[in-house]
Amino acid sequence: MNKNDVPQDDGSLARKNVHELCYAVDEHGRYTAVPSRGWEAKTLALNESLKLIDERIAATKEAVEAGMRSPIAYYMELHRMDIPLLASYVGIHRWFVKRHLQPKRFGKLKDKTLQKYADVFGITVAQLKAPID
Amino acid sequence: MDIAFEHRQSAHCENGVISNLLNHQGVSLSEPMVFGIGSGLFFVYLPFLKVNFAPGFSYRPMPGSIFRKLARRLGIKVVHQRFSTPEKAQAVLDGRLAQGIPVGLQVGVYHLTYFPDEYRFHFNAHNLVVYGKDADGYLISDPVMDYTTKLTETELQRVRFAKGALPPKGHLYYLERLPERLDLENAVRKGIRQTCKDMLAPVPIVGIRAMKWVARSIRKWPRTIGVKKTNHYLGQLVRMQEEIGTGGGGFRFIYAAFLQEASALLNNEALATRSEEMTAIGDAWRDFALDISRIYKSRKSGNDVYEKLSEQLMELARREEQFFKTLKKDV
Repeated sequence: MNKNDVPQDDGSLARKNVHELCYAVDEHGRYTAVPSRGWEAKTLALNESLKLIDERIAATKEAVEAGMRSPIAYYMELHRMDIPLLASYVGIHRWFVKRHLQPKRFGKLKDKTLQKYADVFGITVAQLKAPID
Repeated sequence: MDIAFEHRQSAHCENGVISNLLNHQGVSLSEPMVFGIGSGLFFVYLPFLKVNFAPGFSYRPMPGSIFRKLARRLGIKVVHQRFSTPEKAQAVLDGRLAQGIPVGLQVGVYHLTYFPDEYRFHFNAHNLVVYGKDADGYLISDPVMDYTTKLTETELQRVRFAKGALPPKGHLYYLERLPERLDLENAVRKGIRQTCKDMLAPVPIVGIRAMKWVARSIRKWPRTIGVKKTNHYLGQLVRMQEEIGTGGGGFRFIYAAFLQEASALLNNEALATRSEEMTAIGDAWRDFALDISRIYKSRKSGNDVYEKLSEQLMELARREEQFFKTLKKDV
């Protein structure tokens, strides 16, 4: 890659005024590090991945509203987690975490357990129980 | 406490932390040198391990491996510590900072407040340097950032004790002793030999063979798992190849820069030629990423698109196979 070919397509990094270094050759054939503002090709790949996450969040939200899953499932998706990861954050075995995703079991949970989940998601117990906005 | 620490940005976090820590001790070693001596160039395909709902692809070895190999090859003594509780982890960190030692940390990315939202995934093998502490918190030199940043005590504890795959468990490290003379020439040769060995390894999930496996799979995916999933898998491949840290082209350009430096150091003309060839290979990887991204743009997805991508990757594998066989004989 030539120094002048380093892409400067404004990506999500540039908006935060962060650049990333690319290595490229200058006019004398010497390698130098050149800051880049982003590249469209990878922004497209990243957006595809983010779209997938958004679709999962939306689907889970519908399932929660339809009474199929508990709010924990929604916040889990929102924080880009899966069951084993959430289990290690709350310190509850994933078999139980999986059960807590059922609305019936969720309704029976003690405040102490709910507090653990709320802490991981950075919200209050009341918010966890409330309908999703 | 504020240690006079020079923050220099790098493409990849692990190389950058090593390079900056060494620089602090008066040893000037560029990022490509660190990467090459630590045998950072790699390719691995883990079809059974699902990362972010796609199989695992990686253009680099296991986290920490570059640093370990570099330290061994140069005879640098590095202290590594992990902790059972956040309190102990903080006490040791504060102690080292008080002694004026900048400390490297392994952290999780998800809770790093200064990262853009799009990049906050549950990935636990990021590296940064803490070089001081003031009333608001810790002074952070994160090598992928243009500038130094800050994290409060609570924020730092959270990223040091992130959960999930490869949990950092407060992992900290610092340089304890440097040898009197660095034998760079030998270290460079060892690094190159190991990379050739890795890339030509007779194992289906590593190096050239892994690339060929992926290439064959790309042809089959649209039929077996459907177009949507195939596109997602390919997107993951692009991200691993081009996202922050690789310096472009799946580390190929950093490696070419290393070969150029190595050529001057070892007085070996052949390596300069290899560097130019590696640049060309890196350009071909960029084209591959660009062609994948066209799928998302045009929404064109006939089977011949995947046939072409498969052939493109197969050609890359063949080129690299030839390349590493030649490189092996040059050192």
